[in-house]
Amino acid sequence: MWAQVLTWSFGVALFTAGIRLAVPVLLAVLGEIITERSGVMNLGLEGVMLVGSLAGFITAHSIEQSTGMISVAAWGGLAAGLLAGAVMGWIMAVLTVTLRSDQVVTGVTLVLLGQGLTSYVFRQNAGLAGARVKGLDSWAIPGFSDIPIVGDILFNHNVMVYLTAVLVFLCWFFLFRTNWGLELRAVGENPAAVDTSGLRVDHIRYRAVMLGSALAGLGGAVLTVVQLNIFTENITAGRGWIAIALVFFSRWQPGGAMIGALLFGIADALQYRIQALGFKNIPYEFLLMLPYVLTLVALLWRTGRSAAPAALGIPYVKGER
Amino acid sequence: MISARSTSPLAVEMRGITKRFPGVIANRAIDFEVKPGEIHALLGENGAGKTTLMNLLCGLYEPDAGEIWLKEQRVWLRSPRDAIAAGIGMVHQHFKLVEPFTVAENIVLGSNRTLLREAPKRLNLRLQRLADQYGLNIDPSAQIWQLSVGEQQRVEILKALYRQANILILDEPTAVLTPQEAQELMATLRMLASQGTAIVFISHKLNEVMAICDRVTVLRDGQAVGTIAIQDCTERSLAKMMVGREVSLFRNREDEAQTTNHKPQSASPPALAIKNLWVISDRKLPALRGLNLVIQPGEIVGLAGVDGNGQRELEEAIVGLRAIDRGEILLTGKLAHIPSDRYSMGILTEFSVAENLVLKDVQHPPFQWKGLLRINYILKHATDLVQQYLIRTPSVKTQVGKLSGGNAQKVVFARELNRDHQVLLAAQPTRGLDIGATEFVYAQLLARRDAGAAILLISTELDEILSLSDRIAVLYEGEIVGEVDRASADIHHLGLLMAGKRERARDEE
Repeated sequence: MWAQVLTWSFGVALFTAGIRLAVPVLLAVLGEIITERSGVMNLGLEGVMLVGSLAGFITAHSIEQSTGMISVAAWGGLAAGLLAGAVMGWIMAVLTVTLRSDQVVTGVTLVLLGQGLTSYVFRQNAGLAGARVKGLDSWAIPGFSDIPIVGDILFNHNVMVYLTAVLVFLCWFFLFRTNWGLELRAVGENPAAVDTSGLRVDHIRYRAVMLGSALAGLGGAVLTVVQLNIFTENITAGRGWIAIALVFFSRWQPGGAMIGALLFGIADALQYRIQALGFKNIPYEFLLMLPYVLTLVALLWRTGRSAAPAALGIPYVKGER
Repeated sequence: MISARSTSPLAVEMRGITKRFPGVIANRAIDFEVKPGEIHALLGENGAGKTTLMNLLCGLYEPDAGEIWLKEQRVWLRSPRDAIAAGIGMVHQHFKLVEPFTVAENIVLGSNRTLLREAPKRLNLRLQRLADQYGLNIDPSAQIWQLSVGEQQRVEILKALYRQANILILDEPTAVLTPQEAQELMATLRMLASQGTAIVFISHKLNEVMAICDRVTVLRDGQAVGTIAIQDCTERSLAKMMVGREVSLFRNREDEAQTTNHKPQSASPPALAIKNLWVISDRKLPALRGLNLVIQPGEIVGLAGVDGNGQRELEEAIVGLRAIDRGEILLTGKLAHIPSDRYSMGILTEFSVAENLVLKDVQHPPFQWKGLLRINYILKHATDLVQQYLIRTPSVKTQVGKLSGGNAQKVVFARELNRDHQVLLAAQPTRGLDIGATEFVYAQLLARRDAGAAILLISTELDEILSLSDRIAVLYEGEIVGEVDRASADIHHLGLLMAGKRERARDEE
């Protein structure tokens, strides 16, 4: 049986799938990095991803059914996921930035809202159970995809994979090379400094929370529209929580987020493959656990809050010292 | 020059300013004006309304009544952005800087509206030129956390100048500086004023106001008591205006020469002996590096030094809140502790006065009986102490968090001094207190000393150290860099020691 595992083709397939599976989590991690860099901890990520995944799926499904245009349906679905995420972010921002409610409690409540809302809508629409969408085809990058091994692993994916890789760079560029990014990070470190510099702390935080949640919503939509092509209840299966753990792992750096998400994605791909190979003596529940356990173990040797934004989790009250 | 000033429009004119907060009127029909090129002191005790008045001017609050005029133009300052646009810059008492950012990033924060950031090299060069122009010594590429407090203050000043402020407000700017740094600041302010900048200097330190300002406006209980030219007043007259009565603080300072003849009981064994003490800070760096200090019964040893040189760690090590890495602390008798941060170490703000007063004794009779609290004894005990220590509180059941800083500190004093003790550790005992409460604290400390207690006074206020101490030790980067008797202490020498110039300080003598 080990002979089947230790082959080139197994390795290539593993890494190819790992990269693909990393995408939804990576989008959520990037989003949460932006949110937390502004000083807001959005623990509602799991709920945001779920709402994004359902909004995306319903939109893609109905466009596909009514027009038959597959790629329009997929992109429409992804856009819907993005928007739905932003709406969830707006709710989070109203509660935590304007009303200054506790971020941890509010975040957890947002998860419950996402789970309840998506389960309700899913059960109300009998047509959704068993429905499928076509999603996005792979697009091999001409020239690069012919490179042996590397070409297969890196350059033979659907467009969302490439886009996400670009987003990692854009995210870094936004945070560290633009004035917006400077102001956003300043709010996360010392909001009073930003306030007295003549900027609106609340505006910056609203933008950060909504942008971050939009990316998480997009991640949810990628999962249902592009990868699994179906929707079931709780389809995100804790990826939102993993994303929060990976933000710590990444030390709030987009590059670190990519490494963390790939680790999770590859572990996820590995557990699928081991299941398929039929290691009968390992209960499949343990295999399902594998990516989560690995992520938590990886987190252990990157502990320490030293890299965290200083004002993370603290509501800003004007005029307080 | 004088006539030119008087005809030029006022830089700031505030007329009939009133600002209410729930339950208090912070400013009551205040008139206040500043001329261009003038250094104008805003003097008053804590809670007199100085900071509120200036927060109105820098757009953090809006007045409930009254008008603000700048250069004969009526303005409405609804946000810090409006104030910045109007040329008002404020250096807050607690700096508003982003620690992990560079000096340059902090200075341009919020004022560059392009999408992309300016290349760091170009930006640093530009800011270096600006700093040189004003003679401010700053490295634009340094990160804030690497800078001393004095340097951070220069960053704040440069930030205001970068935004072309022609009205500069400084809130208690010398509170955190060494005497030398304060001298440098004064020189900078004089230079800025000579270029036409209007400067508001908020302070409660009379000697500084006398030394640098042209005019002074005194506030008391939210009202303006008056505005006078500095040549027409003395420290004593200003103190009287500020407090509303004669103040006895000066007697301590001026007549201390007689009282310091007081002899510590040096024959007896030391009450507190610290030997080669090494302690690690939260940042995992050595905060105390082989500190040695001995205190006899009946003497006050003042530990001078700029904040952040190991004071907090020494305090925590003595009371057992921080592990000792090497060395030893020998304590003869019991310890009373007036903590540097009374709100995090001294009292529970949500608890009542009575509860705070029995906090350390609640497990002993008569305050408990078989694990049950005996409320009557606790209330009686509190009522006695409130009378004895003149704590102003609506009732002993009032939450301590609702009292003023001075009365909260009196609660700490009452609890600590009422317990049996031979050694008293008083860390920053007057921080944030007004003159009245400071008087009380000084009297209590001197009384305890005369009763034979050994007192370690940790303070960043050099005046306070000089007023109270029998012996003065200077703490710099976790070491005692010098020890002098009060009688032979000289402020210039102490200042050099506080700045770490151990060798040069000796060479100059």
